[in-house]
Amino acid sequence: MMKVINFLEDLDKRWIYLVIAIVVILPFLNPIGCPMKVTPPVQNIYNYIEDSIPENGVMLISVDYDPSTMAELHPMGKAIITHCFANNIRVFMMGLYPPGVGLAQDLISSTMREWNESHPENTKELGTDITLFPYVPGVSAVILKMGEDIKGTFNTDGYGNNLDSLPIMKGVKSYKNIDYLVDLAGSSVILSWIIYANGRYDQKFGIGTTAVSMAEYYAYINSGQANGMLGGLKGAAEYEKLLIDNNKSNDRDQASVGMDAQSSAHLTYIILIILGNIVYFVKRKQEK
Amino acid sequence: MFLRRQLPLMIASIMGITMIIQFFVPHPFSKSVYNTVLDWLMIVAAFTYLIAVQSTVQMHATKIQRKTQDWQFSIIVLGSLGITALIGIFGGAYAPTSLIMKIFPSIQPDADTPLMYFYLYLQAPMQATIFSLLAFYMASAAFRAFRARSFDATMLLITASIVTLGRVPIGQFIYGNMPEVVEWILNYPNMAAQRGILIGVQLGIIATSLKIILGIERRYLGGGQ
Repeated sequence: MMKVINFLEDLDKRWIYLVIAIVVILPFLNPIGCPMKVTPPVQNIYNYIEDSIPENGVMLISVDYDPSTMAELHPMGKAIITHCFANNIRVFMMGLYPPGVGLAQDLISSTMREWNESHPENTKELGTDITLFPYVPGVSAVILKMGEDIKGTFNTDGYGNNLDSLPIMKGVKSYKNIDYLVDLAGSSVILSWIIYANGRYDQKFGIGTTAVSMAEYYAYINSGQANGMLGGLKGAAEYEKLLIDNNKSNDRDQASVGMDAQSSAHLTYIILIILGNIVYFVKRKQEK
Repeated sequence: MFLRRQLPLMIASIMGITMIIQFFVPHPFSKSVYNTVLDWLMIVAAFTYLIAVQSTVQMHATKIQRKTQDWQFSIIVLGSLGITALIGIFGGAYAPTSLIMKIFPSIQPDADTPLMYFYLYLQAPMQATIFSLLAFYMASAAFRAFRARSFDATMLLITASIVTLGRVPIGQFIYGNMPEVVEWILNYPNMAAQRGILIGVQLGIIATSLKIILGIERRYLGGGQ
């Protein structure tokens, strides 16, 4: 027994790194596909897009993360855009920071490409079904200005077309004409959207954030300032599950595939915590 | 002294009071003032990038000039900054420019710009890789540091373990109601604590804002006294 305890105490951290690498890589090669319940904050966002946004309605997605949190937040963006495409909802993409706008552009091109390949009968066009607002500096000023005049805030879309010339802009002037806004971010910029877009302009709002940040935002869901939240990769995977269950998507996508790796990594953390504490208590008893 | 001290304080105070009054006045003139101020804010924000670039260039140029420790990395920083800026300016940020399409006929109007290519295939993987290293450090920390040394630490450890397991499907596989347990933890004990913190922070923000408007808080001007 003491041999094992001493071995664990002196365990080189490189062995732990190796274990983590193995438990993360293996599920990608051999997927498990654990069952998954959809949590109420995710269901609320899905239901709102499904039931409260009419056909040809308007959805705004703000991509306010950078590549460091892309693994968790990119699948959320993709799932929401797919849902909007399936329901023929117009989608505006934007970002309050330059890295986010680049990722928004990537979301548009990758999701559109996949959608158009799998749905030749209902293809989507840039400028008609989806577009990108270019980067404008100012963060809170941009959020506030959009409540007054969206065209005056951006003038052109990200590709240099005058906003007045785009069919997607028909009837869209300010937040009053946007049915729903989801901010995808791993930082406190979500609070700016809540304070300025929801607080000042009563914009209906949903949150997509990293697993580590989600605990912060339950207070805003409870107060009704946000109606739902996608938290971390699991939030994205739950959304993908809803899309599959409701025949809006065919296959398990990035998040669902990644959940197996995250499951095994989390289980490994718990085992490591337990082992670490066993070592700690045995050693403490020995010292006494 | 007037330009460096009194004038900024006066501007902050007048603008603060004006915008508070503006909020409660729905007159078109008030709206017009509000829109103008928002436009100013966006223009001023754009200039902060010039300061950021100037500061970065100055810092790294000084490092190279003085040959301080690891000064070679500063060459890479400045080189990357210049190359990225040039690619963006001449190649386009969102759509390829006509210049780049003339030089490289293979680049079509709907193709990714060279800047986007650099971003997606260089910067994004590098940033994502650095962040993913956290998984390894967290595992090592979980084994070595997350100990039930006291009652508080034990509570934290138990709660964290439940949430860690409950936020992945395997938690539900182990115990069917695990997701509900996690939702309860996040919705009640967590939210109560978060609300307390939020109310405290917001009261602090209101107090600081008032102090700035009234000219009591002056540290934002810099320069010590």
